[in-house]
Formats: sequence, structure tokens, C-alpha cells
Amino acid sequence: MNNMGEIVLSVRDFGVEIPTRQGILRPVDGLSLDIARGKILGVVGESGAGKSMTGNAVIGLLDPPAHVAGGEIWLNGKRIDNLNRERMRKIRGKEIGMVFQDPLTSLNPLLPIGDQLVETIMEHLPVDKKQAMEKAVAALDEVGIPAAAQRIGSYPHEFSGGMRQRVVIALALCAEPSLVIADEPTTALDVSVQAQIISLLKRMCKERGTAIMLITHDMGVIAETADEVAVMYAGRMVELGPVRDVLTSPTHPYTQGLMASTPLAAKGNKRLNQIEGAMPRLDNLPQGCAFHPRCSIAKDKCKINPAPGMDLNEGRAACWFADGTKQ
Amino acid sequence: MLAFTIRRAFQSLIVLLVVGLVAFSMFNFVGDPVDNMLGQERTGADIERLRTQLGLDQPFPVQYYRFLEGAVQGNFGISYRQGRPVSDVISERIAATLELAMVSAILAIVFGVALGVFTAIRRNGWAANIIMSLSLIGVSLPTFLIGILLIYLFAVELGWLPSFGRGETVDLGWWRTGLLTESGRKAIILPAITLGLYQMTLIMRLVRSEMLEVLRQDYIRFARARGLKDRSVYFRHALKNTLVPVITVTGMQLGSIIAFAIITETVFQWPGVGLLFINAIRFVDIPVMAAYLMLISVMFVSINLVVDLLYFAIDPRLRADRSGSGK
Repeated sequence: MNNMGEIVLSVRDFGVEIPTRQGILRPVDGLSLDIARGKILGVVGESGAGKSMTGNAVIGLLDPPAHVAGGEIWLNGKRIDNLNRERMRKIRGKEIGMVFQDPLTSLNPLLPIGDQLVETIMEHLPVDKKQAMEKAVAALDEVGIPAAAQRIGSYPHEFSGGMRQRVVIALALCAEPSLVIADEPTTALDVSVQAQIISLLKRMCKERGTAIMLITHDMGVIAETADEVAVMYAGRMVELGPVRDVLTSPTHPYTQGLMASTPLAAKGNKRLNQIEGAMPRLDNLPQGCAFHPRCSIAKDKCKINPAPGMDLNEGRAACWFADGTKQ
Repeated sequence: MLAFTIRRAFQSLIVLLVVGLVAFSMFNFVGDPVDNMLGQERTGADIERLRTQLGLDQPFPVQYYRFLEGAVQGNFGISYRQGRPVSDVISERIAATLELAMVSAILAIVFGVALGVFTAIRRNGWAANIIMSLSLIGVSLPTFLIGILLIYLFAVELGWLPSFGRGETVDLGWWRTGLLTESGRKAIILPAITLGLYQMTLIMRLVRSEMLEVLRQDYIRFARARGLKDRSVYFRHALKNTLVPVITVTGMQLGSIIAFAIITETVFQWPGVGLLFINAIRFVDIPVMAAYLMLISVMFVSINLVVDLLYFAIDPRLRADRSGSGK
């Protein structure tokens, strides 16, 4: 934890549990990460790797019976994982904003977007209705809604998908949170619009110094946007580091496989690799390192011992062979 | 929207005509009113004279046409049994029925919606489970049995409430109400519960299932992620989105409350149009039956019309003339 003052979000040894009839599942386990002011941390991984679960846990919106099980979450130097419902609610929207995947379903279809903005602003900022309205117009203007003052009374269905995602971003940022969790913010959008939304997010965060946790499975988005990248596999973080290092010289065999199977990173016209097999189900995690059944360099000790923990400062991978030895 | 209203009104008119036609054709099978109207010592000539006088010697389409002709002028003929204009007989009693229906409908809607929201929010709580189990009784017990049970408990055993009649009424000139006297208010409780219990449980179960569906939607998650209060999430965002199906069913149920007041009115000897209708059937009082059926169908049809218009008020996506204007 270097630069304490700069760190916005700090997650330490954090876990989520879901009790089921078959036993306790751990969709997120032993997770530690930091995001500094104005920085973007990309969280990548396959579906079910625990990316969204992590985002939901940070903002305190886990769906029961899923619950936080151990570890700590610190936001701007305050511990937030043990707050009660009401205090956590006040943090949501005010200090942590969230952008969801599908802008078509994120907005209440029956309320004008202006009303949704005003209610959020008035919930978190000490303003009256008129000031909130002005702020709402300014927020829409800032995210690039043309003629914001005229569109404030429009309903969500009167906007296109890209415009709606802009409205969603305006809503997530209108109380000026210090952290934004963007859960697959461009996955549901047209490719041509994706770049606009990404650059909008980037610009807004740069201007305000907002930290972003960008959850995605799109390596292209990560490469363009993120400062750091965390790779998740079966609920655990397997690699963390500056985006350039992880993309160009991945350390963990899973990340290597991931990069080799991504068109962006696979140079030339050679065939894309695939990682054999599938991610294990949470109720059937293998003993030892969760990745060993699919790993090309796995040895006997990988089948018995869980992968070693990571040292955040060194940005290395959770693998017995992270130091480059293949023994 | 005006075009829509006019089209619906026109369709409603056709429905009314058809209902009248069907009703009229059935009157040929309910018996011969002349039998009841003339005493034991009638002659063939008496019967013929009366038939001619009542217009019963005419073919069925002519009878129907005459009825319609009178109906548009507000003249529904003379009751065979009471010898007074049907419009007088009905208007004396409609207040009692409408008052009963209104009170039950309000009970059903208020408690139905409130309990529905409650059981959806606390869907695993013990109170919600008890309410859900009890609601099965309301759905499955027949109305007359509920009425008799209530009479037995509250009128016979406990002696708190009257078991029949309407209590004292106050004449407001155009409306004879029982709600302004204490005995009138006491008298309406049991019949209103009896009449509205089924509708209440139905609305409650519907609201609950719709709420559960809506609470899973992204915009509810997003509303929570923006830090809105539970009250706002549940009532402003969730409840409003459940209203379209709820209003559809509630509207139809309002019609049935008025129509099926017959049973409740019989059980409680409530002096409304339902009781009047039952007596009219016994006596083959065709003008009264015809007027009653027309009245009920007018109510059904107009409630449906109102429901259709309410959709527009609730769901902006249906207001096609607004889209794109952004005003």
C-alpha cells in the first residue's frame, strides 16, 4: 500500500460466500487490490470468474444469500464492508457510482430521465429542487446529450442505446463519487458506440480524479483504457499488474492463454489458441491451484497446494512458477 | 389518443348491443311473466290482453328494438311486479349496491396492494408467509360461505355487528347513503369484507408476483446503486412498474364486484340491485332484469375503457404521439 493518500479503494483478502444445500460456494476468495485516484483498474476474466460479484460486493449490493465472508474493503481510508444498511446506502451513489451493462434496462422506463437524475442528486447533495434540476441539466450536458435542457423531460425509450448509457453515466457520476464501478459498460452497445462511451468514462474520470473499476471480458477495452489490470479465475485473482506488462508479457499461464486467444494480442495471422477445457464450477473446484487441470505447465505440487498469494507491490501472478522457472 | 378513445367507445357500444341481444333472447326461457301476474282465476282472454299490453305478443326482434328505443330515452319500462317505472326501482337501490361495491373495492385495493408489496419485500419473513397461506383461504372459499362464517362469528357469537340490512340511511337528495350513520357504517363492514375478500387476495397475490418480477430488474438494482431510499425504490420505482397488469385485473375485478354483489346482497339481505335482480328472476320481471343487465354491462364496459386510458397515463411508451418530440 504505497501512497496511502492516493488510494481510493483498497480491498484486502476479501471473500464472498454463498451457502447452498451442497455446501458453501466461494465465488470470490482471497482478493486484494488497490485503485488510486484517477486510475482505472480493469478486471477481466471469463463469465463466472467473480468479476461482477466483486463489484457488487464493493458497492454493497450482493443478492442474498451471497454475503461478505472475511476480508476488508476500505474506501478513502474508511472501512465500508462492515457498515449497516443505512450507512452503506448513503455511500452508494455518493461515494461509489455504478454503471451497469445494459443501458436499455438500467433506467426506469416510467420516469423521465430528469426525475431520475433529480432524485439521485437530491438524495446526496444539499440542494433544493431547482438547483438539482440545474445540476441534472449540467450532468446531461457533460456526458454529451445534445440539447440537454430540452431532453430532461424525455423518457428512456426516447433515447438510443448509446445515449442511454450516457444518461446512466450521468446518473452514476452526478453526486461526484470518488469511485465508479463499471460492470461491462460497453458489452451491450454497438461497436461504434463502445469507443465513445469508453472515452467518455475516461475523460470524466481524468477531470474529476475518479477511480474506476472497469469490469469487462473485452481485452481490447482493457488495453485502451485501463492503467492496471487484474485477471480473475474461478473467484481468485491470478495476475495483477500494469496493463502494458500484463498484456505484453503475461506471467500466469491462464493470462498467457487468455492473451493468446485474444485477436488483439495474437500478432500476425496465426491461428488463435484456445485454452482447453472450461472453468471449473464453483461447487466442484479442484484441489490445489484451481487452474491446474487446464494448465500446460502444472506439476504435482499444483495439484496439492493452492497457488501462492500475491504480493501487491510486485504485481506478479498467483502461480508457483511465476518467477519464470518451469520446474 | 382521441382517435383511440372514440374507437374504444364505439366498440363498447357494439358490446352493449350484443349483451342486450343475448340477455333478451334468454328471457324467452326464464318462464312466462303472465303466469305470475294474473291470479288463479284468469281466462284466456285476460292472458291475451295482458300479453298485448306488455308487447309480449310481438316477435323477439321487435321487443328488443322497443326496449332499446326506450332505453336511449332513459325509459326502461314498468316493472311487472311493482307496477312502477324500472328506472325508479333501480335508482332507489343502486346507491346501496354502489356504496357496498365502492367500500369493498377500496378495501380490496388498499389492503391488496399494501399486503402484496409487503409480502414481496419480506418474501422470506414469517409474517409474509402467514399472510400468503391465509390468502389461500380468501381465494378458495366461496363468497357465500365467507359471508355465513362472518355472520356466525361477528353477529351471532360476538354480537358486534349486524347480520343483515343496511342500517339507518340518510337521504342526500340524489343519493341515499348509509355511511353517515353509525348503524349504517356498522352494517356495511361484514358485507364489504365478504364481497371484497376474494378481490383483495387476488390483487395481493398479483401485486406480490409482479413486484418480485420487477424487483429483479436492472433499473431496481441501479436505483439501489444510486443510493435511493428503500421507500423510493419500492414505491416510486418498483410499484409503479407493476401497475399495468395490476390495473387490468383490478378493473375487471371492480366490474365483478358490482356484478357478483348479488350473492353477498342475498346473504346479508342488502337492499341493492343484486337482491332486486334475484327477486326479479323469481317473478320473471323482464324489464327489471333487462335494465339490470344493461346497467352491469355499461359498468363493465366503462371500467374497461377507463383501464385502457389509464395505461396511457402510466406508461409513457404507449403515448406514441410523444416519442421523439422530447418535450
